Amino acid sequence: MHKVYHHVHNIAGNVINIRAEGVRYRELAEVTSRNGSSLAQVIRLKDDEVSLQVFAGSRGVATDAQVRFLGHAMQVPFSEALLGRIFTGAANPRDNGPVLTDNLIDIGGPSVNPAKRIIPTNMVRTGIPMIDVFNTLVESQKLPIFARAGEPYNALLARIALQAEVDVIVLGGMGLKHDDYLYFRDTLEESGALSRTCMFVHTASDPIVECLLVPDISLAVAEQFALEGKRVLVLLTDMTSFADAMKEIAITMEQIPSNRGYPGDLYSQLASRYEKAVDFEGSGSITILAATTMPGDDVTHPVPDNTGYITEGQFYLRNGRIEPFGSLSRLKQQVNGDTRADHRSIMNTLIQLYAGYRETLEKQSMGFRMSDWDDKLLKYGDRFEKEMMDLSVNIPLEQALDLGWTILADCFEPMETGIQSNLVENFWPKTEVGDQKSEVGGDAPATEDDAPEPELETAEA
Amino acid sequence: MSQTSGTIVGVNGNMITVEFEGAVGQNEVGYACLGDLRLMCEIVRIRGNRSDMQVFEDTSGLSVGDPVDFTGELLSVELGPGLLTQIYDGLQNPLPQLAEQCGFFLQRGTYFNALDREATWAFTPTAAVGDKVTAGEELGSVPEGIFKHRIMVPFRVSGTCTVESVAAAGGFTIEESIATLKDEHGNTFDVTMLQRWPVKVPILAYRERLRPTEPLVTKIRIIDTFFPVARGGTYCIPGPFGAGKTVLQQLTSRHADVDIVVVAACGERAGEVVETLREFPELSDPRTGKSLMDRTIIICNTSSMPVAAREASVYTGVTLATYYRQMGLNVLMLADSTSRWAQALRETSGRLEEIPGEEAFPAYLESVIASFYERGGVVTLKDGSTGSVTIGGTVSPAGGNFDEPVTQGTLKVVGAFHGLSRARSDARRYPAIDPLESWSKYESVVDAESVEVGREILRRGNDIGQMMKVVGEEGTSQDDFVLYLKSEYIDGTYLQQDAFDPVDGATAAERQHYVYGVMTGFLKASLQLEDKGAARRFFHQLTQTTRDWNRAEMGSEEFKEIQGRLEQMVAEVTVNA
Repeated sequence: MHKVYHHVHNIAGNVINIRAEGVRYRELAEVTSRNGSSLAQVIRLKDDEVSLQVFAGSRGVATDAQVRFLGHAMQVPFSEALLGRIFTGAANPRDNGPVLTDNLIDIGGPSVNPAKRIIPTNMVRTGIPMIDVFNTLVESQKLPIFARAGEPYNALLARIALQAEVDVIVLGGMGLKHDDYLYFRDTLEESGALSRTCMFVHTASDPIVECLLVPDISLAVAEQFALEGKRVLVLLTDMTSFADAMKEIAITMEQIPSNRGYPGDLYSQLASRYEKAVDFEGSGSITILAATTMPGDDVTHPVPDNTGYITEGQFYLRNGRIEPFGSLSRLKQQVNGDTRADHRSIMNTLIQLYAGYRETLEKQSMGFRMSDWDDKLLKYGDRFEKEMMDLSVNIPLEQALDLGWTILADCFEPMETGIQSNLVENFWPKTEVGDQKSEVGGDAPATEDDAPEPELETAEA
Repeated sequence: MSQTSGTIVGVNGNMITVEFEGAVGQNEVGYACLGDLRLMCEIVRIRGNRSDMQVFEDTSGLSVGDPVDFTGELLSVELGPGLLTQIYDGLQNPLPQLAEQCGFFLQRGTYFNALDREATWAFTPTAAVGDKVTAGEELGSVPEGIFKHRIMVPFRVSGTCTVESVAAAGGFTIEESIATLKDEHGNTFDVTMLQRWPVKVPILAYRERLRPTEPLVTKIRIIDTFFPVARGGTYCIPGPFGAGKTVLQQLTSRHADVDIVVVAACGERAGEVVETLREFPELSDPRTGKSLMDRTIIICNTSSMPVAAREASVYTGVTLATYYRQMGLNVLMLADSTSRWAQALRETSGRLEEIPGEEAFPAYLESVIASFYERGGVVTLKDGSTGSVTIGGTVSPAGGNFDEPVTQGTLKVVGAFHGLSRARSDARRYPAIDPLESWSKYESVVDAESVEVGREILRRGNDIGQMMKVVGEEGTSQDDFVLYLKSEYIDGTYLQQDAFDPVDGATAAERQHYVYGVMTGFLKASLQLEDKGAARRFFHQLTQTTRDWNRAEMGSEEFKEIQGRLEQMVAEVTVNA
């Protein structure tokens, strides 16, 4: 059955071609050559010609290499023993632990039936006010973090991994710098979070094909945990490396590129990964947070652009802070109505005032005279940035809301904030004597219709 | 029909190459056999004795030498009573049934009948023995929810047939014969309530196609007043991600003044469909008081489902829509998003190694888009009644830049363009349809002259706004400033609409007509306001009060009272000419 083939007649990039029969599409093979052995996967069949993508790369593969087909597609072991372990993109141990071989599961399984999906209702608390208060993360949500290459997106992911209230964390690293990998490992280890974490890490120096496997492996494992009733958070970094790996293979396979060299199915490929985020009715859930670096800080680059169409919102990380404008959690409405009565109002008010602050900054830089109101905004904006936006702030949602009130009370009169009077009565810190102002602006997300439109920074800016 | 079979000789992604013996046809459907699994696929190219077939499922595990059975049929859907309220995938597989059998995941190779074979329908004949009938003419009807579902002579029948027999009133399943017809050649055949029709072929069993003139009221003010859609017309909604395309379509599917809505969720997020799936059964149709689901069919091929089926899903949707049009009903077909469909074409084209056009889309992209939108239209049926299919498609242009092949190909063939803008959605101005860039070739629910008044003010207000950014408020004349505030006023109170408010969320045509009339009066008035501060205060108050007015039920005391106040406010500062 498992015949061994000895003649490789074509090697290009990481793809080798052999002549063989009875081979199944996506089947795995073991390629053994003088320089060692590697797994490989069938990526094209044409008559008796089989194209294989060699996981460890084709370097050193000889034309007389042995190719043995294994009769199954890529699989990954699944058990509780995965927790606390670190693997490579091909699911081999990267720590010094034992190789796991039992209970193998297929990767890249079928997608969830939309008829079985439910409307998500649970918040994932992260302890980061910019997420919890302004763009609440919801269980089963898929959210990317858009950032330039230099931004601390990995630090942010690590912090979320430490603080998020979930049962299991699966971290998929793609094209990680070795330092970043060590940073993740050490940070999780120090805090003890490693025991509920399973890491699949492809570093930049590893073979590129392994990078392609990371999301599928991570998500397959996450799916099994979720089916066991666990709330799983999957962290993927960096999805742009994943897309670049796809580009590399596609070009090797002589596929016609669509946009900036990326294959035409980039959207479908990304979607089939992100859509693994799900809340299983009566069981666990998968939430996906993925870092996507934006080459040239350009959100219209194919990778962030396609990602934005797939995910349920996005976080922009700019200058080490989660940017309040442009960042969006599309699912926040599902949960932020039930947290605390003042959540939505605080969220809207703080952001509107912060928009005012930004505008004032602009005026200031252009040399306009500052009014009293401008001074108040400047004071407010400064405190808001330091006490709320800073990524090192770690406080629960309720405390963050209280902090919001405190900052407001220190900077403004209640009437200046435009918050509904009943909320002001209940929540405005009592030390300050503010006159109760009749309702302004009503309830709903108010739009700024007086005063020149605050120039909310647009995503493309 | 010959049962041709073949064997696989190549696999590349979702494309297989099959060597066959005998005859096969372009776009014929076959099944690739993987053990017991049968995976549906469609021929997309034939070269000699080899055909390239796109597989509607994941191809993992297929091997050279695996057999393929050809069916001799084109990709078809089942038409008959029982389609309404259903949730199908792109190949008309009922998803709830699939879930019952397979659980959480979509197992490949599992196909169900689209329509229930067991259910009986109360048939009432209308044709009589001896009647001469042609394709699409009514033989009888069954009640389906609130509709009279016409049982028609199958669309594939050619020429005139004579009714040999017709069943008496009574309960029948869709596979039982309800009539016997004799065609021109003297062949007799049975007619059942179930018929099959190839999705990529338009149904032409009508008398004549008309020009769409009657407005389709969506109850979204900016659309109905400024960029209207006609029954039987076509429109598109391009916009960057996060601008609210899907929300806009969901609102339209709820409020649109049509009989039936077919929603094709094509390659978009599953979560969004779930909202529709879970919420529609709870919501009631304001026109009938029944559940909204009763008038809805959902075709759901979300982004992680197989790509080839995504391409089929829009055709499945439009075929079902056309079927109900043939009953004299007004149908709205919403496709979200046509860009994903175009990308599916691109993926297939790429695997076929065709010479690519712009951005690697196939060269035939534009003609494919055009022929899809051309399947909309309002027609007179053979019995003189009219029916329509209106098609609304969202477009997701890469980078939000409308200057790309799918958007441009779509703009050429649609009757209305609702361009969403990032700037508006960032400023939380919903719906984020850009009032300056969008256009429509159809007639508005209010008279053209008043629309022009509003449009002119918006245009000039925008110019002044731009200018003000440079010269500041101080450098702007009082007249210009008031004009600017007028444009902001109409934007804030008429173009923007609070989708979550029960009254403001849906504005009927009469109300739009009435309210817009009153507001045009305000816009035309020449106002005497002391200075810019006063002007700003005045418009701030006017805007706030108008918003309250929007939230008041039309005809209620509150409505009249607020209108009185508004008129009073404007009258106080109006200069009498």
